[in-house]
Amino acid sequence: MASNDHIIEVENLKMYFPVTAGVMQRRVADVKAVDGVSFYIKKGQTLGLVGESGCGKTTCGRAILQLYKPTSGNVQFEGRELTKLSNKELRNTRRNMQLIFQDPYASLDPRMTAGDIVGEPLIVHNMVKKGNEYKDQVNEVLRMVDLEPRMAERYPHEFSGGQRQRIGIARALAVRPSFIVCDEPVSALDVSIQTQVIMLLMRLRDELNLTYLFIAHDLSVVRYISDQVAVMYLGKIMEITSSDELYDHPLHPYTQALLSAVPIPDPVVDRQRKRILLSGDVPSPVNPPLGCNFNPRCQMAIDICREQEPELRDIGGEHFVSCHRI
Amino acid sequence: MSSTTANSSIEAGPKRRSFLVDVGVRLIREKPLGTIGGVIVLILLITGIFADFLAPFGMNEIHSDAFLSAPTSKYLLGADNLGRDLLSRIIFGARISVIVGLCATTISVIVSTFIGIMTGYLGGKVDLVVQRMVDAWMCFPGLIIMMVLITILGPGMWQVIIVLGLQYGIAGSRVVRGAVIGIKENVYVDAARAIGCSTPRILWQHILPNILAPIIILFTTRMPAVILVEASLSFLGFGIPPPAPSWGGMLSGAGRSYMFMAPWIAIWPGVALSIVVYGINMFGDAIRDIVDPRLRGGVGRYGTAKSRAAAAEK
Amino acid sequence: MAATTNNENVLEVKDLHTHFYVEDGEVRAVDGLTYSIRRGESLALVGESACGKSVSALSIMRLIPYPPGIIVSGEILFQGQDLLKVSESEMRHIRGNRIGMIFQEPMTSLNPVLTIERQLSESLELHRKLNKKDAKEESIKLLRLVGLPDAEKRVSDYPYQFSGGMQQRIMIAMALICNPDLLIADEPTTSVDVTVQAQLLELLDNLRSQFGTAILIITHNLGVVARYADRVNVMYAGRLVESAPTDVLYSKPQHPYTMGLLASVPRLDLPRNRKLSVIDGLPPNLARLPKGCNFCTRCTYSIDRCLEEKPPLEKVGEEHYSACFRSGELGK
Repeated sequence: MASNDHIIEVENLKMYFPVTAGVMQRRVADVKAVDGVSFYIKKGQTLGLVGESGCGKTTCGRAILQLYKPTSGNVQFEGRELTKLSNKELRNTRRNMQLIFQDPYASLDPRMTAGDIVGEPLIVHNMVKKGNEYKDQVNEVLRMVDLEPRMAERYPHEFSGGQRQRIGIARALAVRPSFIVCDEPVSALDVSIQTQVIMLLMRLRDELNLTYLFIAHDLSVVRYISDQVAVMYLGKIMEITSSDELYDHPLHPYTQALLSAVPIPDPVVDRQRKRILLSGDVPSPVNPPLGCNFNPRCQMAIDICREQEPELRDIGGEHFVSCHRI
Repeated sequence: MSSTTANSSIEAGPKRRSFLVDVGVRLIREKPLGTIGGVIVLILLITGIFADFLAPFGMNEIHSDAFLSAPTSKYLLGADNLGRDLLSRIIFGARISVIVGLCATTISVIVSTFIGIMTGYLGGKVDLVVQRMVDAWMCFPGLIIMMVLITILGPGMWQVIIVLGLQYGIAGSRVVRGAVIGIKENVYVDAARAIGCSTPRILWQHILPNILAPIIILFTTRMPAVILVEASLSFLGFGIPPPAPSWGGMLSGAGRSYMFMAPWIAIWPGVALSIVVYGINMFGDAIRDIVDPRLRGGVGRYGTAKSRAAAAEK
Repeated sequence: MAATTNNENVLEVKDLHTHFYVEDGEVRAVDGLTYSIRRGESLALVGESACGKSVSALSIMRLIPYPPGIIVSGEILFQGQDLLKVSESEMRHIRGNRIGMIFQEPMTSLNPVLTIERQLSESLELHRKLNKKDAKEESIKLLRLVGLPDAEKRVSDYPYQFSGGMQQRIMIAMALICNPDLLIADEPTTSVDVTVQAQLLELLDNLRSQFGTAILIITHNLGVVARYADRVNVMYAGRLVESAPTDVLYSKPQHPYTMGLLASVPRLDLPRNRKLSVIDGLPPNLARLPKGCNFCTRCTYSIDRCLEEKPPLEKVGEEHYSACFRSGELGK
């Protein structure tokens, strides 16, 4: 299914973290953070990856960028197989794929000025020597994210959360990548600042023809920015389809429960919605249930769900669901 | 519309001073004892550097009129059993303390930083193996290790410096390792990897500047210990060989033999040692309070004396 | 009980000022706050971070760290009794006994080295004078009430053995021990997932109708407010900007900040390509508040008067108050 307009293709990606015990650090079990995830993103589009905490969405983003070495699976980026690259080749490839972090406080080095943070990728990738040209480029990137060049001399602690997130975005943009993983880029920000950053990310995507993997737990935000949305639960993808289709016709019982749990900021509308309350907690990824991962909490579960793992199937119109009952 | 969004209300904060200047200013403003310590350190440095100009006589110059002389107007602090002026020897002793203190501490901090960064950042097997070796090293009493090493290397100032640097460097690597592990957890280190930084660049650009505070603390707290241990080694006869005027050596040789006949031989080097160690300790403590980020929030969180007064008034 | 000024109100906060004295100067975290909560009502206090919503809750509990913080003036009438005038030992009795509080981070509020049973029984023995056996039974009953599965077995577990949502349930159980008249919930669902959030909100709602406890819920999430609260107070930079019954606030907001906030959040029920309006700029520095309206620098409707004086909270409808000079003309 390798097609030219797919900028990134992930195939059966698995990321297990060993659980060790004893003096000899013996491997006794695995945390199956990402357990066989496949998807692709078309150039210029945004794929939203939603799920609750601990579902493996952040790990998935990092494993795609090879910040963790995946346990198995393939990641094709612009036609190159990332899992087989040498360290040096990988470092060079990083120029084209960047990451925006959740925490605008911890993700900026406190001892570097905003300008140096934004300019570092340029230096690392030998795109420009220090000097006037460097300064010009840094200023240009700062302007792209609506920060004034005079702020380049300041240190991170002198900025507000929203401004710091803009610096993080500028750092990712400095080397003009084609693909950016946005890992919960707005969830640490205030409501009014969130909207500012979302609008900025969307404007940059359109202006620079960027492709995003947008990881978040806030479904309203994901829906707003994404063309396609993938729903993750316990390391697996439950449903992928276009943003509109997913929110208008969710098919997987988990997606339905997730959507119904989101309160709508309008009491009149919210009262009329059907609510599905899930019982219990997410099982441990060390020891996922037999059969479908969601079966212990699913109201529609039947025998087959407890025995056999469902596959992600295309049910037409690029709508993929992993459920026996559909 | 959005061109102004991000800039509208950042205030023109005070111009940021460089880190070291900031520490200096805060030292004088907030830590009077630390400032006294700083002055003592400064005096020690000046005395050591300009010993040739400050000392009235040469350090090994023998005056036939001065055997065991009590303090007089000519020999301000008296003289020892060979007729050498004690003031001059104390002043030259300061030079030895400065050289040993600075060099051994510098070596120890470099060793600590190197081991600490390697084991802390790389982790895994390297960390496991190297840290067990550090454990083993630290199982032996320090003084005995150093005495054995000096016996092997032979006597001399540089041998003492190397041995002291190694001993304190290995012990101090724990502190640096802990700091590195703390820093490594920060997302900005991940961010550096994500933009494509190589490991050496991450260590140099992102880890090292951020562990500067514990390194400075390590330096200032290790220095008095190093000076004291050098004195102990000299006292035991494993330090700087005579006739070089090490304070510890002065205490042990003639100082001990003539303790009752000419107590000043032992008193002055002892006083000098105490003042210097006390001064550096005070200075080091103050520096630690200022640069340690855990204590650093003090003023911001609980207010300055002025703001507290303002709050109490209400 | 002391003479009650208004039988219906459990809590009345009057012109509360809580300031912090830090390096920057005087930070007016709460700058003249007035509101009340009725018996059995759920009142939401909404606002962005550092708008003073949490500080106002801590002021009610008299838990402001001093220094640097201090309640400068105001009255906090809890069932007619001014909490700012009672002694510290009386206050200790009121906390936990008559006013319960749950926090955003349940893990940091539970003692990690004691079992759940110990932590619950301790309060039960102390406040309700139960013996050990009864205390254990009561603990299990409370845990069942907050929907903890397998309460008999899990009561002897340690906090870390529970998920975030379950820990928050345990916190709620602890707050309910003495059947308080008022429960203050400070961002109770911020650190949990949406599905768990829905469970917790349902639980709080059930408990409220069962025991008639008034609940003050502090949150930044407009969805949570819409689903849960009877009445809403919107805070901005230490002051109340709008107060109204929930349905009214969402259908006819009067203050430009509320309007902007509601128009700026993406919503699942509206078309995806709906244009979001952005509130430009940042909230003001609380140590250097503007002379006029705190919101004027970000407000698209501001007029000269807004730069000169602070607008008072004025009645604009039935139980509806707004602090804006132009509320009348803006709110259609």
